[in-house]
Amino acid sequence: MSEPKITEDLIAAHGLNEQEYAEIIRLLNREPTFTELGIFSAMWNEHCSYKSSKKWLRTLPTTGPQVICGPGENAGVVDIGDGQAVVFKMESHNHPSYIEPYQGAATGVGGILRDVFTMGARPVAAMNSLSFGAPEHPKTRQLVHGVVEGIGGYGNCFGVPTVGGEVRFHAAYNGNCLVNAFAAGLADADRIFYSAASGVGMPVVYLGARTGRDGVGGATMASAEFDDSIEEKRPTVQVGDPFTEKRLMEATLELMATGAVISIQDMGAAGLTCSAVEMGDKGGLGVRLDLDAVPVREENMSAYEMMLSESQERMLMVLRPDKEAEARAVFEKWDLDFAIVGETIAEDRFVIMHRGECKADLPLRALSGSAPEYDRPWVETPPAPPLGEVPEVDPIEGLRALLSSPNYASKHWVYEQYDSQVMADTVLTPGRGAGVIRVHGTDKLLAFTADVTPRYVKANPRAGGAQAVAEAFRNLCAVGARPLAATDCLNFGNPEKPEIMGQFVGAIRGIGEACRALDMPIVSGNVSLYNETDGAAILPTPTIGAVGLIERADALIAGNARAGHVALLLGETAGHLGQSALLAEMWGREEGDAPPVDLAAERRNGDFIRANAALIRACTDLSDGGLALAAFEMAEAAGTGVSLDASDVATLFGEDQGRYLIACDFDAAEALMVEAGKAGVALATVGRFGGAHVRFGASAAPLSELGALWRDSLSRRLA
Amino acid sequence: MRAGVVVFPGSNCDRDLARAFRRAGARVEMLWHKEAALPPGLDVIGIPGGFSFGDYLRCGAIAARAPLMRAVAEYAGRGGHVIGICNGFQVMLEAGMLPGALMRNAGLKFVCRTVTLEVATDRGFPGEAYGKGREIRLPVAHHDGSYQADGETLDRLEGEGRVAFRYRGNPNGSARNIAGILSENGRVLGMMPHPERAVDPLQGGTDGAALFAALFAAAAAEPALRPA
Repeated sequence: MSEPKITEDLIAAHGLNEQEYAEIIRLLNREPTFTELGIFSAMWNEHCSYKSSKKWLRTLPTTGPQVICGPGENAGVVDIGDGQAVVFKMESHNHPSYIEPYQGAATGVGGILRDVFTMGARPVAAMNSLSFGAPEHPKTRQLVHGVVEGIGGYGNCFGVPTVGGEVRFHAAYNGNCLVNAFAAGLADADRIFYSAASGVGMPVVYLGARTGRDGVGGATMASAEFDDSIEEKRPTVQVGDPFTEKRLMEATLELMATGAVISIQDMGAAGLTCSAVEMGDKGGLGVRLDLDAVPVREENMSAYEMMLSESQERMLMVLRPDKEAEARAVFEKWDLDFAIVGETIAEDRFVIMHRGECKADLPLRALSGSAPEYDRPWVETPPAPPLGEVPEVDPIEGLRALLSSPNYASKHWVYEQYDSQVMADTVLTPGRGAGVIRVHGTDKLLAFTADVTPRYVKANPRAGGAQAVAEAFRNLCAVGARPLAATDCLNFGNPEKPEIMGQFVGAIRGIGEACRALDMPIVSGNVSLYNETDGAAILPTPTIGAVGLIERADALIAGNARAGHVALLLGETAGHLGQSALLAEMWGREEGDAPPVDLAAERRNGDFIRANAALIRACTDLSDGGLALAAFEMAEAAGTGVSLDASDVATLFGEDQGRYLIACDFDAAEALMVEAGKAGVALATVGRFGGAHVRFGASAAPLSELGALWRDSLSRRLA
Repeated sequence: MRAGVVVFPGSNCDRDLARAFRRAGARVEMLWHKEAALPPGLDVIGIPGGFSFGDYLRCGAIAARAPLMRAVAEYAGRGGHVIGICNGFQVMLEAGMLPGALMRNAGLKFVCRTVTLEVATDRGFPGEAYGKGREIRLPVAHHDGSYQADGETLDRLEGEGRVAFRYRGNPNGSARNIAGILSENGRVLGMMPHPERAVDPLQGGTDGAALFAALFAAAAAEPALRPA
């Protein structure tokens, strides 16, 4: 099979610019072959190389005594005591989900689960953060249905509980929805598997599903007119098979237990190319692959196609040769393909053989090590103009405006499509601030949350980035968990625009500052750029996924308020209305600055909640929607009314940070007041629970009526 | 007591069911679907939830033809106690161990929530566990849980006290709100809700625990006949 000639157009179609191509020539001292060009484009595209973001990602805190493995492997690994570790990561699958919502979202879930079990951890919890266009946009309904079904279809079948997440709607996502998928797994801290190969002449083994043409050029788009070997233009979106993934997980964990695995890497973006290079590069070895041995499900696939295919549910491993028979038996038990497709070699070469021909012979280290890195020009986001006058409104009308928006309505229509209890260890199901599971067989609990408020990030990237971390911190503290670490999924527009790059730089700064101050190192993550349509970018959306530990189940805060309980507000209220939910939902105004984040206060208040968990019956953090929405949600969960003394918009709907709403009986409230005095935190009685109404000052409405509005607003618009 | 839990490659509630069995005091063996024979001396067999073979077409249709299922049906035939939950219930119907079929939910969506059930029988171990008329709360999590059968079959099930559980607030469109049914001898139970997800206070409820306790008590009182 002859390969196309390398032309300027072909190079451009592979997403490589002139300097990048010149660098390839310099490295090789010759022109690349077509297959080699494909390999370079796969390794050097934004998605795989982080060429625009690397410089800034390096500034994030990634270490700490709790961190066993930070960014750079398939997922981050964090110590949870007793020789156990939690392994987690969040990743985007935005572009594929917009093109084909069901499969795009499904394979996003599949990819992140694979990242986790590749490290030797059995996945035990999943979350997702979804951003869609305006509810009334003609594409939104179909995207919501497809994405939610895709996530459920994959996760439910695989058998991992989906315990939390977020769903938002905003016109800035009309042309680019965001699907960020999180997964966490459990492993023994001394039984973590990494990707670095070791030993020369070791067999490189291909496991899992067969390779097809799906996803060829998923990470880089190859143009068909210059490429006669890709006769058909296949969709660049892969197709997920959760049943195969489930078997691949069981087989992989079973194989790991035999001691046969030296190193392992899942095949994600840029499939065979990326995984083989990664294993060789990290191990300081070369790799030779014989593509004739690769299990395929389509005929006459070229080397180019096989190296760039993104078929799902595949793994690459380096195995101990003496364990080959044992390994093969495990995979035959699970009816999965197992094939030796190459070996590790001593020289720094990546050699691809196909039908007796050498299709590629590249310096392996240079493929990842010499990937371009850019210091993209950026401009600081200008300070937001001050907020104009905000009229007073009847506060119940303000609450109604929030409850009738899909953004603040109950998300049960979404999360009831996800199995939240499989594995039988779920303690808190979705719909609260954080999802909680038990660490199987122990008395420890793990809490999970995913947070960001994109409006804030757009107005003030630095404050918005810090706020995303602070909100995640609060959601964990509110259930009694000690925040351990975080993963970031950074969704932005085109980084070649200085103002977008400025958003990215600002957000990273804010995230870094908050992670340092709150002792939540970033242990894994992903960057998704170019989320733009017709030049219009999404709201900058750096999603923070965070994990917290509750050492003993009795330290969990998960009760409901009761009639007669006191409503206490922890934290200072200044009445910050800039970029608030009320402004946006009531008047369509997205104005003013993001609320400032006082990281020392966040820490102090979070510590206070945990230290006094035994006195607190119910707790929730205050985020967008402020005190009014938090009080309503707590009342609704409890099935009892609430009366707050305040009636002014700033107190009820201001979005000052670092605050929690607490419900407890009178005696506990008194004790908390004493503790607050000692700890130097602001704690005030703001109302009480009871009755059948939600009452703000003199204004009131029946809880039953507001509850019905809250429950139906999302499904009424989108179901 | 010795219990076996059937494992298909796509089972994903197998560990959960094994744990609920152990909590009820049983020793548990996992039974791989490719085996043609059961280990001797089992008192109870459980067929767990999940997606046995991916279930991309008809849930449980491939699993029902697994070598092990022949042995499970034979075990039920000689009076053994068997419980099938969710996908396990689907597999039982496909294997002809119980009458009827489970169709796609009326709302066409996967449904995961905790529902209220009415115990509709005084027969068998469900009747022993709760007593007829009692209300219990158990989680459901399924895409294909709408129980359907012809009118004659439904009448017979009701007449013979073989409707074990009914939904209060039907989540899936099941005929006559049926959530679980018994075999003629009352020793084989198929149900969509997940009792194994409600055996421990941390899970948010313990209404499932009594069912497992009654199952093992019944199996001890009325063991299966020895194989011919």
